[in-house]
Amino acid sequence: MLARPMLQRLASPRTGGLLALAAVIALLPLALRNSYFYDVAILVGLNAIVCIGLNLLIGYAGQISLGHAGFFGLGAYGSAILASRYGWPPTAALLATTLAVAVLAFIVGRPILRLRGHYLAMATLGLGIIIFMIITTEDKFTGGPDGISVVPFRIGGFVLQGEHIWYWVVGALLLVAVWLALNLIESPAGRALRALHSSEVGAEVVGINAAEHKLMVFVISAVYASVAGSLAAHYSGFVTPGKVAFLHSIELVTMVVFGGLASTFGAVVGAAVLTTLPQLLATFEDYEMMVFGAVMIGTMIFLPRGVVPSLARLFKSRRSAAADGNAEKT
Amino acid sequence: MMLEVEGLSSHYGRIPALSGIDLRVGEGELVALVGANGAGKTTLLRALSGVQPVSSGRVRFEGADITAIAADKRVRLGIVQVPEGRQVFTPLSVEDNLRLGAYLRSKAEAAQGMERVYAMFPVLKQKRREPAGALSGGQQQMLAMGRGLMALPRLLLLDEPSMGLAPKLVEEIFACVRALKSAKTTIFLVDQNARAALAVADRAYVLETGRIVLSGSGAELLQNEQVQEAYLGL
Repeated sequence: MLARPMLQRLASPRTGGLLALAAVIALLPLALRNSYFYDVAILVGLNAIVCIGLNLLIGYAGQISLGHAGFFGLGAYGSAILASRYGWPPTAALLATTLAVAVLAFIVGRPILRLRGHYLAMATLGLGIIIFMIITTEDKFTGGPDGISVVPFRIGGFVLQGEHIWYWVVGALLLVAVWLALNLIESPAGRALRALHSSEVGAEVVGINAAEHKLMVFVISAVYASVAGSLAAHYSGFVTPGKVAFLHSIELVTMVVFGGLASTFGAVVGAAVLTTLPQLLATFEDYEMMVFGAVMIGTMIFLPRGVVPSLARLFKSRRSAAADGNAEKT
Repeated sequence: MMLEVEGLSSHYGRIPALSGIDLRVGEGELVALVGANGAGKTTLLRALSGVQPVSSGRVRFEGADITAIAADKRVRLGIVQVPEGRQVFTPLSVEDNLRLGAYLRSKAEAAQGMERVYAMFPVLKQKRREPAGALSGGQQQMLAMGRGLMALPRLLLLDEPSMGLAPKLVEEIFACVRALKSAKTTIFLVDQNARAALAVADRAYVLETGRIVLSGSGAELLQNEQVQEAYLGL
């Protein structure tokens, strides 16, 4: 009996989910046979961090962004330029870049977030394209279409290099990212966001300032993307405009929707599946993209709320059906 | 006077929705606004709660000019709207909906408010863990009113509380309105059910195509021939 509250806490998304994720991160290296596997796992982690932020915006606040690759790119290029061209310490470059992206998102978000639906999609799309254009044309700083090489990340005398170290760094940051997102959602501000999503009029009449909350979550999601971008740049040692391009924005939104809107762990699962799937499908060679498309279509038909919420629902209804069955027997 | 409106006008684009509205609501009064569909009733309430922009005129609340201040600041002052169509947060639990009603209030005030709302609407307490979307229409209306009460309103703006409800539930909702009135809450009520609205109101206004055309005590208007013909179907 005493164990019940503890069990309940373990089953809650915050504690239980975090523990499960930590366990997966801790045990995964047993299955990672070589550095290529580690490389894919790190990519999953970085994408997942972006998706967690993007899911706060899309899934919880109900606002679309088709320009998040832009923020990811700004993070990557900011760190690359400051650390490699100007010799800043990578930590300082990362912090300065993150701050600059937050300020940019704050300034741009105010007018953009007054738009709704398709118009907001267009505006964020435009923002992403402008960032892409600037990065490809300002080749004095960015190296243009050729990209730019990035120095390794170092803290003091310690250099982060090699897939093994990066795996643990990204894994730890992913846990922090999930923890922060879960805390935000459970806070009064998070409840206000969900309210906003469900009825903007309802939110306004209880005194929630809709514009302010949307802007806040837009800035937070931009910061998530920017930090992941900075780390990705240092990890791979090279940035090209491809990561800033429109297609990458679409990939990110797809991961969020695939994993399940308004589910933080869904964002992680979406990033994991859609990052690894192309690697797994490489054996299909020419038909790779066709199979990829078929998997996406099939998932959205059979798990329409996205992987995690749909499966959670299925599991729940099975369990309550089983409980009903037991009740009938007694 | 708690609320004084002078010469208030509002437009949707170039189309006027309200022109030169004058009205007042005194402390502790229940004032009703009746009128046909499209007369501008909801627009007027939205203008009072700050969601609808005003093109001219003035709104004063407890002596202070609030014409230009934002919706959330008005909630802080105590002007709380229960919107048309309920607008509850369907995926959130009943309790979270209520908690959000007290978004601008302290924790202690929220806890107190919650007890008051549960005492008034026991069914909400029973269903407090269920998503608001799982409630019936009448229960959702109770939730919307409860959420409004959580904000500790000094002036409660009720927009079409009986819309789309079965007659028995309409009665129940009006019983709640009467209970709130006897608890000294100041209420400005808009309802298509003119008979019920006029019956509970101390005073009332009749709105026609964006203008106030009649005003008087609730009982007077119930006896008024024009009103009887146009809104009571006599």
